[in-house]
Amino acid sequence: TIFTPEQLDAYQDCTFFTRKEILRLFYRYRDLAPQLVPLDYTDKPDVTLPYELIGSMPELKDNPFRQRIAEVFSEDGDGNMTLDDFLDMFSVLSEMAPRDLKAYYAFKIYDFNNDDYICKSDLEKTVNKLTRNELTPEEVSLVCDKVIYEADVDNDGKLSLEDFQHMIVRAPDFLSTFHIRI
Amino acid sequence: MGKKKKCALQVIMEDAGIEIDGQVESDTESEEDEVKDKAPKKQPLRETGRASRLEKEKQEKDKEEDKSKEEDSCSQQNRTSRRKNCQNKNGDGKKAGEEGSRQRGKKAPTKDQRESENKERKTNKKEKEGENKQKKDRKNSTSSASSDSSGEESLSEEELAMLMEQVEQKKKLISTMRSKPWRMVKKLSVLREAQAFVEKFEGALGKGKGKKLYAYKMIMAKKWVKFKRDFDNFKTQCIPWEMKIKEVESHFGSSVASYFIFLRWMYGVNLVLFGLIFGLVIIPEVLMGMPYGSMPRKTVPRAEQATAMDFSVLWDFEGYIKYSALFYGYYNNQRTIGWLKYRLPMAYFMVGISVFGYSLMVVIRSMARNANQSTADGDDDNFIFSWKMFTSWDYLIGNPETADNKFASITTSFKESIVDEQESNKDENIHLRRFLRVLANVLIICCLCGSGYLIYFVVKRSQTFSKMQNVGWYERNEVEIVMSLLGMFCPPLFETIAALENYHPRIGLKWQLGRIFALFLGNLYTFLLALMDDVNEKLAEEDAVKNITHWMLLGHHNSSAGNSSTATPPPLDPADVPRGPCWETTVGIEFVRLTVSDILVTYITILVGDFIRACFVRFVNYCWCWDLEAGFPSYAEFDISGNVLGLVFNQGMIWMGSFYAPGLVGINVLRLLTSMYFQCWAVMSSNVPHERVFKASKSNNFYMGLLLLILFLSLLPVAYTIMSLPPSFDCGPFSGKKRMYDVIQETIELDFPAFVAKIFSYVANPGLIIPAILLMVLAIYYLNAVSEAYQRANAELKKKMQMQREEEKNKRNKAATPNPMLQDLEDILTPNTKSESQPKQAEDKKTESPTRISPAGKQGNTTALDRSPVTGGRGAAYTLPPHVFTTQPPPMGVWAPYPGQPRPRGHPLGPFPGRGRGRPRYSHAAR
Repeated sequence: TIFTPEQLDAYQDCTFFTRKEILRLFYRYRDLAPQLVPLDYTDKPDVTLPYELIGSMPELKDNPFRQRIAEVFSEDGDGNMTLDDFLDMFSVLSEMAPRDLKAYYAFKIYDFNNDDYICKSDLEKTVNKLTRNELTPEEVSLVCDKVIYEADVDNDGKLSLEDFQHMIVRAPDFLSTFHIRI
Repeated sequence: MGKKKKCALQVIMEDAGIEIDGQVESDTESEEDEVKDKAPKKQPLRETGRASRLEKEKQEKDKEEDKSKEEDSCSQQNRTSRRKNCQNKNGDGKKAGEEGSRQRGKKAPTKDQRESENKERKTNKKEKEGENKQKKDRKNSTSSASSDSSGEESLSEEELAMLMEQVEQKKKLISTMRSKPWRMVKKLSVLREAQAFVEKFEGALGKGKGKKLYAYKMIMAKKWVKFKRDFDNFKTQCIPWEMKIKEVESHFGSSVASYFIFLRWMYGVNLVLFGLIFGLVIIPEVLMGMPYGSMPRKTVPRAEQATAMDFSVLWDFEGYIKYSALFYGYYNNQRTIGWLKYRLPMAYFMVGISVFGYSLMVVIRSMARNANQSTADGDDDNFIFSWKMFTSWDYLIGNPETADNKFASITTSFKESIVDEQESNKDENIHLRRFLRVLANVLIICCLCGSGYLIYFVVKRSQTFSKMQNVGWYERNEVEIVMSLLGMFCPPLFETIAALENYHPRIGLKWQLGRIFALFLGNLYTFLLALMDDVNEKLAEEDAVKNITHWMLLGHHNSSAGNSSTATPPPLDPADVPRGPCWETTVGIEFVRLTVSDILVTYITILVGDFIRACFVRFVNYCWCWDLEAGFPSYAEFDISGNVLGLVFNQGMIWMGSFYAPGLVGINVLRLLTSMYFQCWAVMSSNVPHERVFKASKSNNFYMGLLLLILFLSLLPVAYTIMSLPPSFDCGPFSGKKRMYDVIQETIELDFPAFVAKIFSYVANPGLIIPAILLMVLAIYYLNAVSEAYQRANAELKKKMQMQREEEKNKRNKAATPNPMLQDLEDILTPNTKSESQPKQAEDKKTESPTRISPAGKQGNTTALDRSPVTGGRGAAYTLPPHVFTTQPPPMGVWAPYPGQPRPRGHPLGPFPGRGRGRPRYSHAAR
């Protein structure tokens, strides 16, 4: 047995997954580095997979924000993940997670410099990642200004979490796109 | 400090006889803040809350309700103790408080500290949420708890109430654990604590009669949750092809998936139609009607019997298939069949009508639902760029090609929006543009007319061919081949021509869809007109045959009577009876042939155009001059619009043809079923995603609109033939009647009491029908006006909201301008609080030097109190790093009232300790 029943129950309470899905996620996690991850998690081994392995998962490897996702969800902030972080990540990105939770983590993902605000440099990074630097600097700047103009409710030139949530709860596609099926 | 506070708290709590748990949910901020909190509650939380409340109410009933005063007092007490709790703990327990202060104190917080700070803030908020809800419950729980404990329990009421409350909180915490933005480690530990707490005290509280019931209820609740989870899984498993479509979706994005969802929807509709027709028409006829060969219409005529079993029958639907229950002509006009007295002609007619009725209803209902959904997420134009920025990446994409396409489409959509935004219409040569557009339209209209004429010509020709005796395979299937070829080659041609117009790509797509639709429609209608000519010819022919048949039968009888003078003449073999052309069956065969050839052409196109091409590109690429994959042939894209239009068009054929060929729906069901698997496979194996990705939700309604249009258009010819053409005299369920709808009158006259017939004749009176239609038109007009008014009101509201938003922004702007003054004020105030915390600093230094608590941390905490969600932006400005304060030193007057302030070690006393020494002291402290 990989987990004790208590562990499984606890994971079920802490994530949006069923027992089977948790086990499947565990095997996905283990498949990334079978030599590192033991098959017995009952005594909570301290195993961390490096970002290179996490980022190479097929679900993530084409995502322009994969590094940010890994950084946000990892304990150390560098993208190296324990199993708990891994479960956390896919729980938040699962279909069942509520909008608020997703919005919170989306905010953190897009907040590249971790200053609790999405400022213009963050937006520029986002645009460049989304378009693979296809837009000219003027266009990027225009887009960022427009975003700030649209979403910045309190006029401080950057988006706070409240601004972001205010904007994102109205987005029709947010729930369907901010979601990884695993 | 933390330890001390904890002690104090412990004392208080122990006074009340309650054990402390590390994670008591208390709020950092003042209680008024809670009111502001308006975030929606989580569902599970509400549910558990409700469940427990119900439970408590039940308990309450058992006890008498005479302690209201006591309750009040105890809830009051409860509240005060809670408030103390808040003040003392300043956060959730000792650890959290420390954490918060530490974070805010640091000048340049490290990454994870920031993160946890975030977490902290969020946590507080969430807890506040919980608190808010619990407050509502508080009174309830208090009263129930107190009444519960009134008797023999050793604990006093308030304690019990608090305990209950805490247990409640814990349960809520457990149920909402998964939606808390914490690290898993924290979640797990909090969960464990909460569970332990609940386990420990649930028993204590549940003592008495409620305990067993409560345990039972808990078990049931758990079982119920599990059942619901399983049921949800089961439900998703029950949706056909869900996994297949999801797989396609994850590789090709949601727009391709929308086609398959549409296909699935269509399959469902066709299944219902199939059930209707097979259950009510075909199976009764096969089971209870006259058997094959018993009468002329159910027998292959002598002349055709030689070729009736040829293999080509499967392909051109002559021979035995023509004289089977799949076609109109097979049905007998016997009024009732079998021992059930099943009225088959009546059923045939009603099923023909209800096929249209059901389809109309389903299409309109689904359109209305779609429209509802699209209006539900209202204000579209407020956040164009923001939504593009933050929600355009589809995290489901797990395929490099799809990702490339998504990048491209995001880029183009950004560019589109930028173009829309600039709107500086720099029309460099508007005349050329206009000329090109007109030219393109002329060209396309020419194409459309040409293809229409071609079809008409071919149909005419096929009529002459049908009169000739020995015609080849090509001549017989010319119409189908030409139509399929047109359908194959015209859309790319249109696309090429449309490149001239240089439209905005989105508008261009709409034009393209409209043109292809017009092509299909034109083809269809030319085909129908030619068919009508055919039918009229057949009708004329029929008149002649009718006479011949009559005379021949008469002659047969006469001759037999004359020859052998026996009472009954030997019956003529049904195969030898001369018979009319039966135009209904001809029409039915035409539709079935068209459908089948369409299926074949579609499949062959997929096989050749997609699969063979993909194989070629893939394997020949190794030995070719240029890069085949990136260069000319490359892989085929999945053509969503073409496929959807093909599907819609095909469905129109089914609707039109199903009245004359009841088996057509069965063929269509088979087609949709195979096409689901075949196309899924083809897409996954040999296609690359479509470059132009359009929104699934919106285009879905567009497709529905096309479907509705074609449904209406296909209703017209059927209605026309039913209402105004006489049915054939010797085949079909309505033979012998003047018109097909006479079957209704007949049924009413023969099977219903007389007054129904009377009522019916009144109702059918034009004098009643015309007012009814008028009334309906008026109703439509009225409803339309109402909806328009609503729409206008909606737009007005939207505008108002926009205005309000602007106003608010402006107001904020104005509020932001006198900021410097405010900031000065803040600067005066903040040192105040800072100095308050100054004495503690020294102690902290000793006790917790490794954790490095700084005075600015306290200051950060206090400013955090001011930080209501509204002023979130400026709140951040207050949390200035410590050294900033040295540039704006606090006035002496503020420092003066605190003479007993301990100096930091290592710095000599200066005459103006607040002024000159600010920087070193702070930097030291922050170190």
